[in-house]
Amino acid sequence: MDRNNCRRQVAAMKQSLFDQGLLDEQFIQLEELQDDANPNFVEEIVTLYYRDSSRLISNLEQTLERNPLDFNKLDTIMHQFKGSSSSIGAKKVKAESSLIREYCRTGNAEGCRKSYQQMKKEYVALRKKLENYFQLARQAGPLERACRPK
Amino acid sequence: MAISGDVLRDFSPEVVGEFHVLAVDDSFVDRKVIERLLKFTSCKVTVVESGTRALQYLGLDGDTSSIGFDGVKVNMIMTDYSMPGMTGYELLKKIKQESSVFREIPVVVMSSENILTRIDSCLEEGAEEFLLKPVKLSDVKRLTDFILRGEGKQVGGKRSQKRSRSDDFVSSLSTSCSSCDLSSPSPSEISSKKSRL
Repeated sequence: MDRNNCRRQVAAMKQSLFDQGLLDEQFIQLEELQDDANPNFVEEIVTLYYRDSSRLISNLEQTLERNPLDFNKLDTIMHQFKGSSSSIGAKKVKAESSLIREYCRTGNAEGCRKSYQQMKKEYVALRKKLENYFQLARQAGPLERACRPK
Repeated sequence: MAISGDVLRDFSPEVVGEFHVLAVDDSFVDRKVIERLLKFTSCKVTVVESGTRALQYLGLDGDTSSIGFDGVKVNMIMTDYSMPGMTGYELLKKIKQESSVFREIPVVVMSSENILTRIDSCLEEGAEEFLLKPVKLSDVKRLTDFILRGEGKQVGGKRSQKRSRSDDFVSSLSTSCSSCDLSSPSPSEISSKKSRL
């Protein structure tokens, strides 16, 4: 059946996102909060996250352009960024954010800039992958809820 | 990992439905998440973005024309620790300094950072609980469970007993939840609680 096939694809896609280390348990936690009245909660939250964090991204890029680098300011923005990334289960983005904060603590400007580039790549790539995932999940229908990946 | 539905027991929907939580967080995403967590647990939720707004809502900011003044009942406050302006810790202190019914409202502090001195000072100032973010559904259910059963902190004043770091989670859970039926917790629960302590 087409729908079953769809569901299998959704599950496989989700499994893949976990296997790649892109998502963590928090994502599942959010899926468990979905019900008939709020069937797209996770997609809504992820959309909000990308919208809200784009403001932080601009701040980050402005801050990184300055010389000398204001590590305190950078760390403050990264704290917020890491927090929201953690709240949606964005595991790799969160890890990269932690790395940037570490470089802030040790005053390593080059480290900050390099890891920011890496983090941004992950952040952008995740967005696309999640968009695909949600699109497929919507096609599969509302029964696709919190399936725990292996 | 606790399966949803197994923590909340014997509460008629009307009672739980009246449980009003005021959540305070400067992060937009986190406000949405905590709101959903609380609504999912059938709580009534009010979410604000700062400690100042929280005090205004409660009518504690000295402005008698604020909406909270005419007895909006709040059963629990959940606040983020790191917020610009007034931190969650400062908000906690302000609430606990009130010589009125407000100081009896359980205040839960949430933080993404597992800093022992921070946890200790919040508990010493009278916080009900310190939760590590991201907050889970099982955390919220456990909290509302405790408080609804009246097993949260006793009324009035600061905690007399500081939670010591050596308390493992089992003994701290059993002292604060004497009649809860705690079957042996799953390994993931053990590790998440330990990281909190």
